[in-house]
Amino acid sequence: MFKLVNDRTQKGKELRKVAMETVADVMNTNDKVVMLEADLAGASASGIVQKAHPDRYIQVGIAEANMVGMAAGLSLEGFRPFIHTFAPFASRRVYDQMYLSGAYAFNTINVFGTDPGFTVAANGGTHTSFEDIALYRAIPNVVILDPADATQLAWAVREVAPLDGIHYLRFNRKDVRNLYEPGSTFQIGKAEILKEGKDALIISAGQLLNDALDAAEKLEAEGVSTEVIDLVSIKPLDAETVLKEVAGKKAVITVDNHNIIGGLGSAVSEVLAENGVSVPFKRVGVKDVFGQVGTAAYLQKEFGLTADDMAATIKGLLK
Amino acid sequence: MEKAELKQLQVLAAKIRYDVLDMLKHRTYGHLGGSLSIVELMAVLYGKQLHVDPKNPTMEDRDMVVLSKGHCGPAWYSALAEKGYFPKEALYTLNDGGTMLPSHPDRTKTPGVDMTTGSLGQGTSAAVGIALGQKMKGLDRYTYLIVGDGETNEGQCWEAFMYLAGHRVNNCITFIDLNKRQLDGYTKDILYPFDMAEKMKAFGFHVETVKGDDIEAIDNAINNAKAVKDQASCIILDTIKGQGVKYFEDMVSNHSVKFTSQEVNDAADKALAELRAFIEKEEAHV
Ligand SMILES: Cc1ncc(C[n+]2csc(CCOP(=O)(O)OP(=O)(O)O)c2C)c(N)n1
Ligand SMILES: [Mg+2]
Repeated sequence: MFKLVNDRTQKGKELRKVAMETVADVMNTNDKVVMLEADLAGASASGIVQKAHPDRYIQVGIAEANMVGMAAGLSLEGFRPFIHTFAPFASRRVYDQMYLSGAYAFNTINVFGTDPGFTVAANGGTHTSFEDIALYRAIPNVVILDPADATQLAWAVREVAPLDGIHYLRFNRKDVRNLYEPGSTFQIGKAEILKEGKDALIISAGQLLNDALDAAEKLEAEGVSTEVIDLVSIKPLDAETVLKEVAGKKAVITVDNHNIIGGLGSAVSEVLAENGVSVPFKRVGVKDVFGQVGTAAYLQKEFGLTADDMAATIKGLLK
Repeated sequence: MEKAELKQLQVLAAKIRYDVLDMLKHRTYGHLGGSLSIVELMAVLYGKQLHVDPKNPTMEDRDMVVLSKGHCGPAWYSALAEKGYFPKEALYTLNDGGTMLPSHPDRTKTPGVDMTTGSLGQGTSAAVGIALGQKMKGLDRYTYLIVGDGETNEGQCWEAFMYLAGHRVNNCITFIDLNKRQLDGYTKDILYPFDMAEKMKAFGFHVETVKGDDIEAIDNAINNAKAVKDQASCIILDTIKGQGVKYFEDMVSNHSVKFTSQEVNDAADKALAELRAFIEKEEAHV
């Protein structure tokens, strides 16, 4: 059960702190949880975990592939590893280790991939991940969560901690606008309807949901009744809700902080196509280009991921 | 080294150090510590050793540079600007949307940047390939590979090192910036490095360790490396993270520095003033 905040303009606590404080808290009651870091505690705030549970905090150095392999080994010994590095390194850089030592061997690894997509900001193109969802989607059994705010991230961390398997959580390290009231809960494999609407539908996940709601409000003011769905669980995907809500809409868009190839938009398209659903549809997202450097706000605009871009796309479909 | 030449390189180093501080202070943040520890190396490379042409940055017959510790782009950009690859004003656009100078080097954006780096470890292998390519094309040129000591945590570095040493690739000179610190603290506390020189020797390199702020020693070590024909060479730069500015050397966490507090800005201003005075004094002499 969830409740939206009244004031969506306020930012919450930095997500890195939320993630690490939650891991540290989970460790208080689950002595199997361990945390691995690859020389990015200065960026991830995993020092919080180190301080609270020094005996279950492992600094592996700048060696992400080794970190994933070590996590697999710890999993074999019955531990439940959380690992952190930037999203591109948590996906591209460690792919085969994650695939084989992790997923294929049926081990448990909970992955924090931080600063995905445009939230990379000053770290620029080399550190940009516009393909992490695509990569993780293609590994059997993996769960991909793209939490929207501090509340949903805290839920996600607690939710995956006791579960077996590979869970990939992508989030901005910094503070983002609040979306959900503290205490809201969700379900892996379930999409949430944030706002009802009868003409148009926006399906997104992560911090872009607040922009999607802004876009919906804009459209409402212009007479377009717009629904917004949170697809926090990109995999497994709630096909039932997607199909039910798409039915009867005159315009449907997906919004990805990711390449439009392989992101949640691709996942939704597959569901629609395989169920014979024909609806005016567009994927808003990064149009198969590489990342760049700039402020997050600049990049969000540059890659066409703002509320205005979403509203304009829907209006284009309604023409 | 002639005294005049040494002075000239010292002035170039001061200019590069000035530019690094100035651009990061202007940007209000950035990878200061590791940029400052390779300032003297950059001065020796761009002031003396490199066969390059700033007016023709893609000249076929040039020495190549790979800054595998790519987060230290600001040091490279400063050296390139001082050499005239692009106007110095560009330094103030670091990390701006649309800039030619992103935080991490991008060969498609910046004249003089030979390889894109930023994901630590990857520059090492690229440098091996470049050096081999130079040889296969019959070019009598060098590849200069700059690696961080924290970066050597990455296994890829050792794959590249094994190739270089095992195949005696003598036209690639590997520099390891031994500034003893990485992002989360001291290298000894993160992954104990033991003796880096001994390690590289055991891999089969010709190894020389020099003080990383000693211009003459760096230059000599490069000349020595070039004279070694039957081995790959590694020069270990014994440096201090934040090198050349006491305040930043002493700063506990100087990997990425925020220029937001009065204290940090005052320290930067003081260093900039001292560097400017040194540069002006020396240039008045010539
Ligand atoms: C593959 C990869 N992992 C992590 C990082 C993040 N990172 C950037 S710099 C750095 C520390 C580098 O330490 P070192 O090589 O010693 O550089 P220096 O001390 O010269 O700054 C880390 C972990 C990265 N850029 N690439
Ligand atoms: Mg270092």
